[in-house]
Amino acid sequence: MFCEKAVELVRELHRMSDGQLPAFNEDGIRQVLEEMKALYEQNQSDVNEAKTEGKSELIPSIKFRHCCLLRNQRCITAYLYDRLLRIRALRWEYGSVLPTTIRFHMCAEEVEWFNQYKKSLASYMRSLGGEEGLDITQDMKPPKSLYIEVRCLKDHGEFEIDDGTVILLKKNSQHFLPRWKCEQLIRQGVLEHVIS
Amino acid sequence: RTMADALSDAGDLSGGEGSQDDVMTPAELIARLEEAWLNEKFSPELLESKSELVECVMEQLTHMEENLQRVRKGDLKASVHHMEIGRIRYVLSSYLRSRLQKIEKFFPHVLEKEKSRADGDPSFLSPEEFAFAKEYLANTEVYLKAVALRHMPPNLQSIDMLKAIPEPCLDSFVFLRVKERQEKILVEPETDEQREYVVDLEEGSQHLMRYRTIAPLVANGAVQLI
Repeated sequence: MFCEKAVELVRELHRMSDGQLPAFNEDGIRQVLEEMKALYEQNQSDVNEAKTEGKSELIPSIKFRHCCLLRNQRCITAYLYDRLLRIRALRWEYGSVLPTTIRFHMCAEEVEWFNQYKKSLASYMRSLGGEEGLDITQDMKPPKSLYIEVRCLKDHGEFEIDDGTVILLKKNSQHFLPRWKCEQLIRQGVLEHVIS
Repeated sequence: RTMADALSDAGDLSGGEGSQDDVMTPAELIARLEEAWLNEKFSPELLESKSELVECVMEQLTHMEENLQRVRKGDLKASVHHMEIGRIRYVLSSYLRSRLQKIEKFFPHVLEKEKSRADGDPSFLSPEEFAFAKEYLANTEVYLKAVALRHMPPNLQSIDMLKAIPEPCLDSFVFLRVKERQEKILVEPETDEQREYVVDLEEGSQHLMRYRTIAPLVANGAVQLI
């Protein structure tokens, strides 16, 4: 059956829970593109035949193939676009540097799209308000308390807080820090919020 | 204790020099920000851009932060102000985030609307948002072309983004509170069996209505989405 491979691509993403990025299915895409090529060529020759020999009985199958072509196009773009949305979400979750395990699942063009998205977002945030701009990927949750208790999950080195104090983030050490300074480190998995 | 109180306090700290806007007190400014934030959060479509408001709030924040630098370390007052700055920054960021999310979700439609806007009509995008939306569209088109479209048969190498990306659903229902009494609001039927009817909206009353019906009232500030 036509279009089965294309639908399988969409299904593959649908099966994944939100936010997960499976490996880019280059082979699947290639197979759909091959099917499209075959459908198109078949249609070309049928159209010629219908025109020159007046075979109107060919028209329904031409139409059918054309629908399959449109459906294939739609499924492929849906697959690619949905992946972009997942990749976009990663920027907000991990910051501008992605973990290698995730980058491994992206194709070269997706990496390119991600870099461009990063740039657009950064210049947008820089242009907000005063000289420094505003990082809107911070302050994701309404603040509940000023300081929070955090535990260090890995060695991160020295870390400066607003009033100039420098602290050493050493694995397994525990600190009482301003919440707005730790948000990103928590999301990156360097710190863990200790809820007592 | 509200954010607005703290902000006016911060204004006191500065000795009242922060009067870049003569008509609006800091308290009013924050009230306006909260209004814009809630409306943007709950409306299905992108609302009018409020660049000036955003700029004023950013200035206030910088101002408050500068004032805090002068306060003694460990002062209780300082931590209260820190908390208020954090809250205002959250509201501001959340407001800008929900706008950016809608721009990303509906980018072809947002750009189309901006293009067809008549001179003098209020803009839906700030200049920065407009630049972002254009880049987002170009980036995505280039990507789709490079990975798949250019390998497709000649008649299928482009897609109409306006048709491919869903439009905001203006028929979704929203909760609202009426700020200025409205008379004879026409409610269109949802199904064939119903007929259209008119309602009066009393000041202070709350309703659950289709967004499309009251969209103009959100735009002119007569109702507040909640």
